Amino acid sequence: MIAVVAATVHNGLGWNLADDMRQLFELHFMVNAFRAGTIVAVVAGAMGWFTVLRRQSFAGHALAVVSFPGAAGAVWLGVSATAGTFVASISAALVIALVPRSASGGGEDSAVIGTVQALALASGVLFVSLYGGFLNSLNGLLFGTFLGITDDQVTTLIIVGAAVLLVLAAIGRPLFFATIDADVAQASGVPVRLLSVVFLVLLGCAAAEVSQITGSLLVFALLVLPAASAQRLTSRPGSSFVLTIVLALAITWVALAAAYFSVYPIGFFVTTIGLGVFVVVTVAQSAKVRIQRRGRSGFTSQGMAA
Amino acid sequence: MLEFSQAAVRFGHRTVWSDVNVSVMPGEFVAILGPNGVGKSTLIKVALGLVPLSAGTATVLGAEPGQAGRDLGYLPQRRSFDQGLRVRGIDVVRLGADGDRWGTPLPFARRWSAQSRAQQERIEEVIEMVGAGQYAERPIGEVSGGEQQRLLIAQALVRRPKLLLLDEPLDSLDLPNQAAVAALISTISRDEGVAVAMVAHDVNPIMSYLDRVIYIGQGGAVSGTVEQVINSETLSRLYDTSIEVLRASDGRLVVVGDPEAPSHHSDRHSGRPLP
Repeated sequence: MIAVVAATVHNGLGWNLADDMRQLFELHFMVNAFRAGTIVAVVAGAMGWFTVLRRQSFAGHALAVVSFPGAAGAVWLGVSATAGTFVASISAALVIALVPRSASGGGEDSAVIGTVQALALASGVLFVSLYGGFLNSLNGLLFGTFLGITDDQVTTLIIVGAAVLLVLAAIGRPLFFATIDADVAQASGVPVRLLSVVFLVLLGCAAAEVSQITGSLLVFALLVLPAASAQRLTSRPGSSFVLTIVLALAITWVALAAAYFSVYPIGFFVTTIGLGVFVVVTVAQSAKVRIQRRGRSGFTSQGMAA
Repeated sequence: MLEFSQAAVRFGHRTVWSDVNVSVMPGEFVAILGPNGVGKSTLIKVALGLVPLSAGTATVLGAEPGQAGRDLGYLPQRRSFDQGLRVRGIDVVRLGADGDRWGTPLPFARRWSAQSRAQQERIEEVIEMVGAGQYAERPIGEVSGGEQQRLLIAQALVRRPKLLLLDEPLDSLDLPNQAAVAALISTISRDEGVAVAMVAHDVNPIMSYLDRVIYIGQGGAVSGTVEQVINSETLSRLYDTSIEVLRASDGRLVVVGDPEAPSHHSDRHSGRPLP
């Protein structure tokens, strides 16, 4: 502990990039933070790409919020907080999936999702007060932390993450079909309903994973912003999928480094960097559309004159 | 191709239609007509195996409904894609070819898989066939309704179906687009040898292309050529009420006294919720 404090006192961002990088990976907890962050970014990117396309961002957010009472309840009961988050998020995913969809068929019922989310926050607060003593990880549970990620946690993250990605790879194409065009997919024999349940369970797992880094309340940033930015940049599904993961990785790595060299929380950096990327992309996109439109109308008026 | 005999569909106590005999022959272009709410789309859904018959039999391409698989193309009632949907038209067309296969498309599959190359050629061929080459690379949310409809027709055609089921493909298109899409469907039916069964609420845009029409009423259906079916006597008999069919000077048919949707929704008055 003393070593950590000493290192934190001595560290500081300098102009020597190699020295900065050396500092960054000197401490085991920081190496673990990067390992965990990398796994989480890949899972968040892959799942986020589908979440944005399926317009289920709200469900993703609710499932992440549920990880808070999961962890707080687990701490109260004296069991593993990581296990608690996964159990809570997956159960909530099943609840949201099994409540019948609204007649319009456009995603799950937002009233159900909102209820799940409110109940989650309420019971989280209850668990914290039942625990009695000062739950000093409360801030971390809600707004993220990169300190003290254990080797066991990294192992759990990689096993769950790999399972999520494998299932996603197996259902990728029909899931895309069901997302874009549910009626025709159903008529071609794609099990649309089953896929949407499976997807929500995967989303529960992913949200629980991401919340380990960003905290329950800020999962949204890593799940939605990279995918939303990438899909604005390109409409080729393959390219935007890869770009989403690249953006998620870049955001996570930069945020981890920034959080290490400053005194501010990681959740803030993930969110602001993600938002920064999104804003730049959106502004650039609308400028491009305006230039194209002007070009096109100029061309037409020339054509008219000729 | 498509054969219904003595078919009936009931939802709870409500009979949608009964005693319907319908057949579509190979290569035929047939319209399924009738007033709103008479169950035209239900007929398509029965053929797809999505709604079960409560009486009678249905055969689709020589098999039970829902078993026809790749030989059946389907275009559901007008869906428009969200403006913000950032997926290209060509990707939506591709889903018609392989969207139901498990797994995930691999990058650069075309380099080493002949099957993948053949599929790509077919996709480009159908896009050319519907005249969507100009905008197939643009996000589908950004193209017009008529353009989306052409891309969806291409999607239904990718697998070279023998039977194409179209549910109101002209709905919500403007008149020039209605005429153009109707002509396109007729060309495809002839050139590709596809039988087309198309639900429509207005016969006029497609009248000149049709081999046969099927008019659905609650107690049954009548089928025959446009002249045989859309006349005052036949329709009055089908709907059991006085109906007059007028021919405008430009050849368009106007059905006067168009019957309302089936009127005995007994459930509505007994306070029980409709199914």
